[in-house]
Amino acid sequence: MEKQAIIEFKNFSFQYYSQSAPTLHDINLTIYKGEKVLIVGPSGSGKSTLGHCINGLIPFAYKGEISGSLAIKGQDTREKSIFELSKIVGTVLQDSDGQFVGLTAGEDIAFALENDNVPHDAMQSRVKQVAEMVEMDQLLNSSPFELSGGQKQRTSLAGVMIDNVEILLFDEPLANLDPATGKTAIEIIDNIHKDSDKTVVIIEHRLEDVLHREVSRVIVLNDGHIVADMDVHELVCSNILTETGIREPLYITALKYAGVEVTCDMHPGYIETLEIGSAKGTVKSWFKAIPPETPHSENPCVLQMEAVSFSYDGARPILQDIHFDLHEGEMISLVGKNGAGKSTLSKLLCGFEKVDKGVIRYRGEDIKDKTIKERAEIIGLVMQNPNQMISKALIYDEVALGLRLRGVSEEEIKPRVEKVLKICGLAPFIDWPIAALSYGQKKRVTIASILVLDPKILILDEPTAGQDYRHYTDIMEFLVELNRLGVTIILITHDMHLMLEYTPRAIVLSGGHMIADTAASFILTNQEVIEKANLKETSLYHLAELAGIPDGTHFVQGFIDYERRLKNR
Amino acid sequence: MNTKMKLFSYNTVDTPIHQLSGLTKLICFLFLSFAVMYSYDIRVILLIMAFSIYILRVSRVQYSQIRTMVLYVMVFVLTNLVITFLFSPEMGVELYGTRHVITKLVGNISLTWEQVLYQVTKFFKYISVIPLGMIFLLTTNPSEFASSLNGIRVNYKAAFAVSLTLRYFPDIQREYHDISQAQQARGLDLSHKAKFMDRFKNALLIIIPLIFSSLDRIELISNAMDLRGFGKSKTRTWYTCKALNRADYVALILSALIFAGSLAVSAFINHSRFYNPFL
Repeated sequence: MEKQAIIEFKNFSFQYYSQSAPTLHDINLTIYKGEKVLIVGPSGSGKSTLGHCINGLIPFAYKGEISGSLAIKGQDTREKSIFELSKIVGTVLQDSDGQFVGLTAGEDIAFALENDNVPHDAMQSRVKQVAEMVEMDQLLNSSPFELSGGQKQRTSLAGVMIDNVEILLFDEPLANLDPATGKTAIEIIDNIHKDSDKTVVIIEHRLEDVLHREVSRVIVLNDGHIVADMDVHELVCSNILTETGIREPLYITALKYAGVEVTCDMHPGYIETLEIGSAKGTVKSWFKAIPPETPHSENPCVLQMEAVSFSYDGARPILQDIHFDLHEGEMISLVGKNGAGKSTLSKLLCGFEKVDKGVIRYRGEDIKDKTIKERAEIIGLVMQNPNQMISKALIYDEVALGLRLRGVSEEEIKPRVEKVLKICGLAPFIDWPIAALSYGQKKRVTIASILVLDPKILILDEPTAGQDYRHYTDIMEFLVELNRLGVTIILITHDMHLMLEYTPRAIVLSGGHMIADTAASFILTNQEVIEKANLKETSLYHLAELAGIPDGTHFVQGFIDYERRLKNR
Repeated sequence: MNTKMKLFSYNTVDTPIHQLSGLTKLICFLFLSFAVMYSYDIRVILLIMAFSIYILRVSRVQYSQIRTMVLYVMVFVLTNLVITFLFSPEMGVELYGTRHVITKLVGNISLTWEQVLYQVTKFFKYISVIPLGMIFLLTTNPSEFASSLNGIRVNYKAAFAVSLTLRYFPDIQREYHDISQAQQARGLDLSHKAKFMDRFKNALLIIIPLIFSSLDRIELISNAMDLRGFGKSKTRTWYTCKALNRADYVALILSALIFAGSLAVSAFINHSRFYNPFL
């Protein structure tokens, strides 16, 4: 059968009116009917803009200068309205909570039909039918507050499929999802693609997670240019990923560390298709040669939780019998699915909520009677979204705020702010308005504004959420430096790479209980913990299996140790 | 979650009032409010108030759900009462045309029975609207709310805006809560110990981040709505739109009768909007 083009970019360039340079340069890209295409690229590469062009947000909602042409089903998009396009292209946006416009799942799914004036009864039955396709039919009356992230995403998916669209566009479908839910999301997308003749376009920077299921090809964008349009196997063998700052699959990194030359005939695109054949021995001997990490002498205990329990309403326990010790200078992860009690735990530590039972000790002393303000001088909390914390126009004022509110004199504030800004790499920006900063820099400002109070322990909620590999590395390396300066760090995260690479120890919560407090390598290879905490087995574990190494956990630990030494951490 | 977050939220209890269509409740609310607003007859007002309190009981709304709202309204009404008296202590005399002095106050200002009746009537007028409004807000499924507004010919975009507000209100509330806690950790004092001006400035420290994080959200929502064809045609249908049944008609007729009754009392008994016992 002749391939039929459904999306055709020809010499297409786009420049937002608000920007001084084009975001997309001379794009030539054809996507055929029934294909499943993955578009990857670092932040600012133009991949979201490309998505906006396909679904019509450009030029409908975001104005700019277009040259060249973009045709969807043979028609130039400039001649169509966003409403006409929405009948062909269904878009699932990355924030499954924010895009949930209905007050219940059913309403949200029906939204497009309502706008089409579909009569009430026809609407009810159609909603039911589509909800069944994504297994949401039992939850039609649930409000967004009762639904999990994955369920909200399925609702959004049903909401666009209800129009019988021909193209499904997913804009970063994995952001905001925990690893297990993300895995399921990729499976659902794949099933829909297989069961229908729909064309699927996925925009993501988390390559390995999307490659859990097969894709037709991968388009790599960088600086507004298409730098690759190729088969997955070809792509992972090339240097394109590392050059553009996209994280390659972890097992590929491991193979490269082991000195194996990754070639196309190993089918390295997916861990399921990977054949390492003759390289087995190389991987094995590399693993054997990794010297085991000498155990550190343990620093004194800085924080202790002893049998802590908590409940908001006195009836439904949120946390039960939590106990762990945190040693000075540690950097640990706190993981678990949404609602497992991670944020509540951090609220207890900061004194936002009071423990019902049990004791929290700081250097042996019970901190029950310390106020929120006093606790902040021991334990600082950095919220996920920097916009949630920034309340001043200038960086200096923002960082100085905590000190000013404490009545510290301006003469004392100045050197303290300057010192902290220096640590955070923000010294050159001291007089800048915050609005002029990038996301990562804003994140640093919020960290600086907490650090200025000189807390001994820092809790960060999803510090790298939504960040591409380069920004992720920037933020994490910065945290490592802080950690070296003696700040003890707790990271609340869903990111398994982060756990593996940066935190030797992780605490896992599930349903308010602590189900593990051990090495990240053990957690990500232990089936029971993985299931309970909605995590995903690391591909390194499968690589160990392929290489015939029986102790997968050990192999993962070996990889971590090797990498740490390589990066001199 | 704590009850504070449920301040205005609809709670699902199965009562006859909950089962009425949102449109019915809105129209009944309007009828009864107009009945109270039009009449200055304290007997009519007290009757309607008693009726609405009864309905409030039937709909099983808890006092804790409406406490804050009641407090705010009380403060407002009491302030209004005092200010009305300060600025026009002779309003009652003017309206009723007689003057029965109870006691002389400062200067030539005195308290009259006419003023007392006028202000007490006004007080109950305001007070009686509260249970009505509360019943409507707390027993109407928020999604039906928009469709009922649209049902009485409010532009659907405006009606949907109301629904969106209800959808995101709890989110914003939660975010406010989180931001407030984080700012308190930085040393923000929200307690009553702080001076008024300081408290105002401190509130800004929470509101500014809230606005910025809400702006991001607004962009996202409007994109999501555009992409699914919102605003395409002049009308739209509603997924949650109950067809009117017998109970609805009964409620509509009842409230229309009360409204007519209130008008009739004014027209045929009092021969004015005011009930005048002084003549």
